[in-house]
Amino acid sequence: MAEQMTGAEMVVQALIDQGVTHIFGYPGGAALPIYDAIFQQDAITHVLVRHEQGATHMAEGYARSTGKPGVVLVTSGPGATNAVTGLTDALMDSIPLVCITAQVPTTLIGSDAFQECDTVGITRSCTKHNYLIKKVEDLPKVMHEAFHIATTGRPGPVVIDIPKDVQFALGEYLQPNINGFRHSSYKPHVEGDIEAIRAAVDLMLKAERPVFYTGGGVINSGPEAATHLRELAELTGFPVTSTLMGLGAFPASNKQWLGMLGMHGTYEANLAMHDCDLMINIGARFDDRITGRIDAFSPHSTKIHVDIDPAQINKNVRVDIPIVGDCGLVLEEMIRIWRSRTNEPRTEAIAPWWERIRTWRAVNSLGFKNSDTTIKPQHAIQRLYELTKDRDVYITTEVGQHQMWAAQHFHFDKPNRWMTSGGLGTMGYGLPAAVGVQVAHPDALVIDIAGEASVQMTMQEMSTAVQYRLPIKVFILNNERMGMVRQWQDLLHGGRYAHSYSESLPDFVKLAEAYGGKGIRCDDPAKLDDAIREMLDYPGPVLFDVMVEKDENCLPMIPSGKPHNEIILPDTANIGSIIDEKGRQLV
Amino acid sequence: MNAHLQPTGSAYFLTKETDSPERHTLSVLVDNEPGILARIAGLFTARGYNIESLTVSETEHEKNLSRITVVVVATPKVLVQIKLQLERLVPVHRVHDLTAEGAALERELALVKVAGTGEHRVETLRLADAFRAQVVDASTESFVFEITGKPSKIEQFIALMVPLGLVEVVRTGLAAISRGPQGM
Ligand SMILES: Cc1ncc(C[n+]2csc(CCOP(=O)(O)OP(=O)(O)O)c2C)c(N)n1
Ligand SMILES: [Mg+2]
Repeated sequence: MAEQMTGAEMVVQALIDQGVTHIFGYPGGAALPIYDAIFQQDAITHVLVRHEQGATHMAEGYARSTGKPGVVLVTSGPGATNAVTGLTDALMDSIPLVCITAQVPTTLIGSDAFQECDTVGITRSCTKHNYLIKKVEDLPKVMHEAFHIATTGRPGPVVIDIPKDVQFALGEYLQPNINGFRHSSYKPHVEGDIEAIRAAVDLMLKAERPVFYTGGGVINSGPEAATHLRELAELTGFPVTSTLMGLGAFPASNKQWLGMLGMHGTYEANLAMHDCDLMINIGARFDDRITGRIDAFSPHSTKIHVDIDPAQINKNVRVDIPIVGDCGLVLEEMIRIWRSRTNEPRTEAIAPWWERIRTWRAVNSLGFKNSDTTIKPQHAIQRLYELTKDRDVYITTEVGQHQMWAAQHFHFDKPNRWMTSGGLGTMGYGLPAAVGVQVAHPDALVIDIAGEASVQMTMQEMSTAVQYRLPIKVFILNNERMGMVRQWQDLLHGGRYAHSYSESLPDFVKLAEAYGGKGIRCDDPAKLDDAIREMLDYPGPVLFDVMVEKDENCLPMIPSGKPHNEIILPDTANIGSIIDEKGRQLV
Repeated sequence: MNAHLQPTGSAYFLTKETDSPERHTLSVLVDNEPGILARIAGLFTARGYNIESLTVSETEHEKNLSRITVVVVATPKVLVQIKLQLERLVPVHRVHDLTAEGAALERELALVKVAGTGEHRVETLRLADAFRAQVVDASTESFVFEITGKPSKIEQFIALMVPLGLVEVVRTGLAAISRGPQGM
C-alpha cells in the first residue's frame, strides 16, 4: 500500500524522488507546514534568500550551470508576487524551474484573506504551466508532472500553488510514474523529421556562403549537443556564430568561431549573417536583437531552422526548411547523413567565403582605445579573462553595457559557463544567479560581471552568500552611469541624460564589509591585475568596485531599425547623428 | 513640436502586414480543468489576437474533454501562429482550423425577445415561421423565439425584428464541426 503522509511531507518526498538536493526559498505563514517538513529531514538543503526574486534567479543560475531544474519555495501573497520577475525571466530564456508557492487555505480562497493573491492568475502568462492544488490526492502526481513539464520539450518555469490546508491534509504518496500524469496532451516533439534533415544536409552540401547561427537551444539540449555542434562544424568547415544565450556551445578558441552576433555582435558575425546563402539556425528564435530590421534581414539566404518549439517556426522570419526537434538529436542526424555523403569538409568551395570573412575580421570591430590613466571597461574584462582562463570559471552578468562587454571580451569554450538574462534583460539577475551557480559548484570560480546600477537591485543576496560561505566575486564595472541608457540617450535623444546617472552611490567597499565580505576598489590601470588577483585569492565573497571610464560606448552596435550591414563601428566619433527620425521610435 | 517629443509608435520593427485578415473557425480540444478558459483567453489577449466568438463546453465526460470553438480574424501568418501557440498550452490536445480544412458546419442558437401588439404581432409570427424560429415564451405583448442556424441567418432575423419591437437578444456563439466521417 502506498505510504500515508501529509501534503507538506509529500512535497519534500517528491523533491527527494526527483533528485533535488538544493532549494532556494523564504518562509511565511502559509508555507510553514512545508518548512516544518524541511526542518525534519536532511536530504535537501534549503538556501535562505533575502528576497524571493533572488531565489528565482539563484534557481536559474543553478539550473543553467547544471542542466538540472532549479527549485524555489515561497510563501503566499508577497512571496509569490516577488517571484514573478524571475519566473518571467526563466520563461523568456527557457530555464527549467519548479516554483512552489504556498496559498491561503482553500476555505479562504477568494475572501481577500491575509496574504492571499491569485497566484495562478498572476503567473499564468509567465509560466510554462501552473497548478492550484485543491485536494491532497492530486499533489504527488502534480509534483512529478511539474518536473516533467519544466525539464522536457522547451524548458520553462512551472508553478505549483499549495493551500495551507492541503499541506496539512493526509493522503497517499505516489512515486514518480510517467503514465500517471494528468495531461496526456503534453507530448513534446524531440525527433526531427528525417526527410527535412536530409533536405537540410543536401543544401549544406551545396552551400557556398553558409553560416551556423546557434542559440540557447544547444545549451538546453545538454552537453552532447555542444559536442555534436563542434563535430558538425569541423566536418563541414562552416563558420559559426551564436546568440547571447548560446555562448559557450561552440568554443570561442576555435578558428571557425565568428564571435557573437546581433545588436552588439561582431562585424564578421553580422555581415556573415547578412551575406550568407545558407543560414543554419540551431536552437535560436530569430529574436529582434538578432535580426535587426526584419525586411532587410539576410536577404539572399535559404534558411534552415531547428527548434524544439513548433511555434518558433516562421514566427518572425520565414524559413525554407523547418525542423522541429531537439537540437542534439537533429545535429546527430545531420552528422550521420553528412558522413554518409562525404568525408570532406567543403574547404575549397567555401574558400572565397572565408576570404571575405577574413576581411571583415580585419576590421577588428571589438577594438577600443585603451588608456593608461583610466580603466577601460573592455580592458577590465580582458584582464579578468586572461587572469582566470586556466580555471573552471562560471560567469554571470547583470544587464547593460557591462553585459555586452562581457559577452564580447570574455570567451567561453564550454557550455553552461555563461549565465545572463537575455530575453527579459533583468537588471539584478547576476548576483543571485552567481549565488545559485556557486551552490551547485562549490569549488568553482564564480564571477558576476556587474554594473553599479544593476547590482543594487538584488545586492541583499550578498548576505546569503556570506551566510552559506559562497565565495562569489562581484566584478562591478562602475561607470557611475546607467551606461546603456546613457548610450541610447546619446544615440536617440540628443544627449539629454534623463535620470540615467547613478547619484549617491554606496561605498561598495564598506558595503561589502558591512555584509561580512571583502571590498576592493581600483581606479588605476597599472594596479588592475594585482587587484584582480587579490579578489581571486580571497576565499570569501568579494565586491570589487572597478572604477571605469564613464562615457565609453558599447560598440559595435546595430541600431534598431537598421539592417546588419549598417552596423556602427568603434571608430565612430559622434553617435548622436546616426539615427533618423523613424529609428528613434524603436527600442 | 520638437522632433524628440513626437509620440513614439510601436517599438518593434515588424514589417507591415500586407496580407488581409480572414475569418477562421478553430476547434480546440482541451482537458476540462479549472482555469482552462482563462488560459486560452489570456493567450489571445497577451499576444494581441482578435477573438470574434468563443464557446466552450464539456463534450466527452468520461475523458474529461472540452471542446472550444473560437472564431478569429487574422492574417494567414498570424493564423498559423495562433494554432501553434494554442498547441503549446499543456492542457491542449489538438487544434483544427475548420475553415482551412473545408466547409465546416457552423451553427448558433439565439433567443430573441420581441414586444408589440396588433399588426406587428402578426408580422412577427409570419417572419418567425419563415425562419423556423420557435416560440418558447409568449404573453399578450411579447414573444421569445428560439432560432438556430448559421450566424448570417440569425443576424438577418434579428435585423428584421428591429422595427417590429426587438427588446433583446442572447446568442450562444458558434458551434462548428467538420463534414464527413472523420473526427478531430
Ligand atoms: C529591472 C530593469 N529595469 C530597467 C532596465 C532598463 N535598463 C537596461 S540597462 C540599464 C542600465 C544599467 O546600468 P548598469 O547596471 O550600471 O550597467 P552599465 O550599462 O552602466 O554597464 C537599464 C536601466 C532593465 N533592463 N531592467
Ligand atoms: Mg553603470
